[in-house]
Amino acid sequence: MFLRQSSLVLRKYLKNTHKLKLFSTSTSTIDYPGAQVIWSGNLSFTNSHSYPPISTYRVLNSKGQITNNSEDPKLSNDVLEKMYKDMVLLNVMDKILYESQRQGRISFYMTNFGEEAAQIGSAAALSIEDLVYGQYREAGVLLWRGFTIADFVNQCYGNVEDKGKGRQMPVHYGSKKLNFVTISSPLTTQMPQAAGAAYALKGKNKVVICYFGEGAASEGDAHAAFNFATTLDCPVIFFCRNNGYAISTPADEQYRGDGIAARGPGYGLNTLRVDGNDVFAVYNATLKAKEFALARNKPVLIEALTYRVSHHSTSDDSSAYRPADEVTHWATHLNPVNRLRLYLEHNSLWNEDKQKEWMKECRKNVLTVFEEGEKKVKPHWNEMFTDVYKDIPDHLKKQMEEMAQHVEQYKDKYPVKNFS
Amino acid sequence: MALNKLSLKFHNSIILKNFKNVTSVLSVRSFFNYYTTTNPPIEGPTKKLNMVQAINNALDITLQTDESALLFGEDVAFGGVFRCSLELQKKYGSERVFNTPLCEQGIVGFGIGVATAGSTAIAEIQFADYIFPAFDQIVNEAAKFRYRTGNQFDCGKLTIRTPCGAVGHGAHYHSQSPESYFAHTPGLKVVVPRSATHAKGLLLSCIRDPDPCIVLEPKVLYRAAVDEVPVDDYFTPIGKAEIVKHGDAVTLIGWGTQVHVLLEVAELAKTKFNVDCEVIDLVSILPWDKDAVCKSAKKTGRVLIAHEAPLTGGFGAELASTIQEECFLQLEAPVARVTGFDTPFPYVYEPFYMPDKWRCLQTIRKLLDY
Repeated sequence: MFLRQSSLVLRKYLKNTHKLKLFSTSTSTIDYPGAQVIWSGNLSFTNSHSYPPISTYRVLNSKGQITNNSEDPKLSNDVLEKMYKDMVLLNVMDKILYESQRQGRISFYMTNFGEEAAQIGSAAALSIEDLVYGQYREAGVLLWRGFTIADFVNQCYGNVEDKGKGRQMPVHYGSKKLNFVTISSPLTTQMPQAAGAAYALKGKNKVVICYFGEGAASEGDAHAAFNFATTLDCPVIFFCRNNGYAISTPADEQYRGDGIAARGPGYGLNTLRVDGNDVFAVYNATLKAKEFALARNKPVLIEALTYRVSHHSTSDDSSAYRPADEVTHWATHLNPVNRLRLYLEHNSLWNEDKQKEWMKECRKNVLTVFEEGEKKVKPHWNEMFTDVYKDIPDHLKKQMEEMAQHVEQYKDKYPVKNFS
Repeated sequence: MALNKLSLKFHNSIILKNFKNVTSVLSVRSFFNYYTTTNPPIEGPTKKLNMVQAINNALDITLQTDESALLFGEDVAFGGVFRCSLELQKKYGSERVFNTPLCEQGIVGFGIGVATAGSTAIAEIQFADYIFPAFDQIVNEAAKFRYRTGNQFDCGKLTIRTPCGAVGHGAHYHSQSPESYFAHTPGLKVVVPRSATHAKGLLLSCIRDPDPCIVLEPKVLYRAAVDEVPVDDYFTPIGKAEIVKHGDAVTLIGWGTQVHVLLEVAELAKTKFNVDCEVIDLVSILPWDKDAVCKSAKKTGRVLIAHEAPLTGGFGAELASTIQEECFLQLEAPVARVTGFDTPFPYVYEPFYMPDKWRCLQTIRKLLDY
């Protein structure tokens, strides 16, 4: 049946080819199915010089001043203060947990220095019902949502209070309650998943935000995610933290072209590029993206330009591949936390006394919680066997029982006292 | 002014000094003791190298002797996250030693292309746990290329290096041993070095081998494995197991780090049970040395296979099956497997997950008592 039909089509095609007539060249509406056609007699490349770079939206300049009053997000004093306080708290927690790794107390850590505004600004623009997919450098988003210092510390220790039951490395946070899907180390896997989640949440007045880095954007999954999200009309915000480095690989070895934002139009994605170190710009962009995604059931791509002041992780020493001056420049003159602080000080919402007091409180809080988290035991070792499936299948039960007998016989050889 | 103040505070090391009284420091349990390779594969000068340095040396030899050779992967330019390609870009230039974008399927696909066009491709996948986006390129393309083109094309000049295995705190995504996924793929060759000496010899063999190869490098050995490594070029044969310790009571088979666990287990078995175990390093997963394994199994009549990967579908299953086919009448006990459990590789539970010396020792007792 199918064959006969196709051969009819083919015969017709061949017949017509023999008596080709000139198509009209006057209109731009010849219907090739793959793209809109505009005829041209001029053979020339289209490249990144064919149009200007995508502009970068900014609200706060580096001195902490709003440059265009119409863009003032007009946040309440409470929100402004929470934004700043969360950034400082994030910094203090990062500092302490980073050092604790250096002292051998936790095995691994990743700090968020330099990217505080991108995290806090985007988190503040969303509601807790919106679903978050992170990459691994989004602790600020969790903090904003109410993940406590104890939650962070317990996860890093994998102790009995860790919601992830001690199964993943430090910084692989997650919270069902806070609608933050647990971090997974493989890069970019979260992106097509976010598109799928957004598709399923259509019409429920929720968006999905999915964070990723400019390095992760090189993975095949990024392509899949952009393409699925646009073709299937998913209300998802793809939030790229373009921080200049994927471990040691600088952005200019990661891609050519005008950043990640320039890919957006190619996929039919509505795209925004913002100064990622400007918390107000990030906030406004995320809010606009959310409104657009909800109103139209369409995805949005945001590229937040920022800088990874941190080493990639505690396993990395970035002095091996980037100049210290570069880092210092970003850590000082372009520091996003300081930028917000300057704004708050200009507007008499913050001062040195408040700073001292808050810093003191943060340190005390983090150190206390850290000490408590360190003392807590790990879950019972047989939690290793649960949650592989909803119910433990027979073959795993057998393995668990055999291990129980073995541990009983060789108790002095296993760290059972550290486990509950 | 406030700018500098704030950031400086975070870049000073003052905060944690407040609590020196905390005593429970992360306990890093070493699950093996390294047994140095004492019989160099060739005569001539040697140099004390760890596994990273031995790999670096093999790459250096290759880049020097094969002008078509290219070395690439994520973060390879500055030396790689484990420092295996240190200084090689400086020595051979950024056209031969270079970073790729962050995309494993791209790295392997690119490598297949390089090899197809006649150049030597040495591709690094940063962690074996992250090799899966490249699974299609490896399994469907690299492995089947020669076969499906009627031997008109091949990508034998492709070698993929990737760090694997437990390190003590790597959890799901920095610990896996994916050898059996690849062992299930005709057309690939898969090897696992247990020593600095093997790491160099196997890498050089794989690079020169006419078929695509995967070298799974147990990353916990990168610094821990230190040998007197021959300075010259040499091969460690692919497909040949090595009897590391001779014995007659039980055959213990492993690869990579597990060989060191088994060597210690053999000593424990001697002390506690007064028996001599034979320890075999399989070295090569695909193809594997059936003759050496079965010869030993027939001699001892008792076999224990141990690997870090989960039990079900692990490569131990393939060995056990073949051993019972070939050695059925000589076996005194069913072939035993001591492996990781059928769970994802867990973080804090790693000490309970590993096929450690005590689990192996208990199993030896069972084999002897059967």
